[in-house]
Amino acid sequence: MSITTLKINGQDVVTESGKTVLAAAKEAGIPIPTLCHLEGISEAGACRLCAVEVKGTPKLMAACVTTVAEGMEVETHTPKLQDYRRMIVELFFTEGNHVCSICVANGNCELQDAAIEVGMDHSRFNYRFPDRGMDLSHSQFGIDHNRCILCTRCVRVCDEIEGAHVWDVGNRGEACYIISGMDQPWGEVSACTACGKCVDACPTGAIFRKGTTTGEKQGDRAKLEFLVNAREKQEWSR
Amino acid sequence: MSKIRFATVWLAGCSGCHMSFLDLDEWLIDLAAQVEVVFSPVGCDLKDYPENVDVCLVEGAIANEENLELIYHVRAHTKTLISFGDCAVTANVPAMRNMLGGAEPVLKRAYIELGDETPQLPNEPGIVPELLDQVRPVHELVPVDIFMPGCPPSAERIRATLEPLLRGEMPVMEGREMIKFG
Repeated sequence: MSITTLKINGQDVVTESGKTVLAAAKEAGIPIPTLCHLEGISEAGACRLCAVEVKGTPKLMAACVTTVAEGMEVETHTPKLQDYRRMIVELFFTEGNHVCSICVANGNCELQDAAIEVGMDHSRFNYRFPDRGMDLSHSQFGIDHNRCILCTRCVRVCDEIEGAHVWDVGNRGEACYIISGMDQPWGEVSACTACGKCVDACPTGAIFRKGTTTGEKQGDRAKLEFLVNAREKQEWSR
Repeated sequence: MSKIRFATVWLAGCSGCHMSFLDLDEWLIDLAAQVEVVFSPVGCDLKDYPENVDVCLVEGAIANEENLELIYHVRAHTKTLISFGDCAVTANVPAMRNMLGGAEPVLKRAYIELGDETPQLPNEPGIVPELLDQVRPVHELVPVDIFMPGCPPSAERIRATLEPLLRGEMPVMEGREMIKFG
């Protein structure tokens, strides 16, 4: 196993070569906020919340998709990064229609937690109130696009762990949304095994079990990491 | 020193924030000793918002002409304006009608399509305030000094916001106890 040494916030960190800055920081006990990252599935770099400063480049790098390099100097919590992170979370809230008080995930929502973490007491951007739909055609589940932040966790978990690839991303820019099958109603997609992994992976209340009401959804994110460890490392208990 | 002139107003919201304010229970007696309540749907019987108000809790979003007129008046006559609860801070549930477009489709949906008997649009100029096309949070229309999210903010959060103000300090709005939405 080859080793890479780098500095994170001035602290010397030794890690396995090929790891991401996010993984190296986690090992060193340095928390970096994330939303689209989920243990057990590939990285997407979709939310940019984990952006860090790397000495020698003016660009902010997403820690989840940046590989460690020898002698790299990383800063994870500069005032500039804190400011950008709050802006990112505010943009998430204003881009969709996130009404926490009536959401299934109220109290168990990673977007809500991110807002607290970045100190968002209000949004400085105007709310868009986009006209987004919801799909309740599946017998067991529903998807409310108003609450979706396009993290693509559902897309990745369905493709990589369940192997069904029910989900994908349709359209471009502000018209982007999560589609099922060939942009069909979810209930008509025969590839769906109704496993519910997308419900557990979803960081907000966008994908939920039918019958769940306000504040009742508790996504079991660790179940997905457990499944991967069981398959790859034969760790059968959690 | 003269007492702090304190007000609360209720715009487009369900009054849940005011109910949560009443949940302050016996601390309301301490509060009453330190402030003069000059305008409030739950604490005062005056109908006109006065001048020289020190602190005002504003519940609710801006949804109609009356809300708009009142918030401009409140801002002009208040030193510290607090967006009180999610409707004031984010426009929250009242703003869910924004997804239907303007005021007209909303009124048609509510009063014509869903009207069981004698469906008709409400029309009493000067008495029933006109709906604005879009419901907006308070700070999109006037500057706000303190944001207190929550649906509703708990009595503890309200107290933790008001107590520093009574001492002449600004409250620190940070952490789950103070700024969690919903």
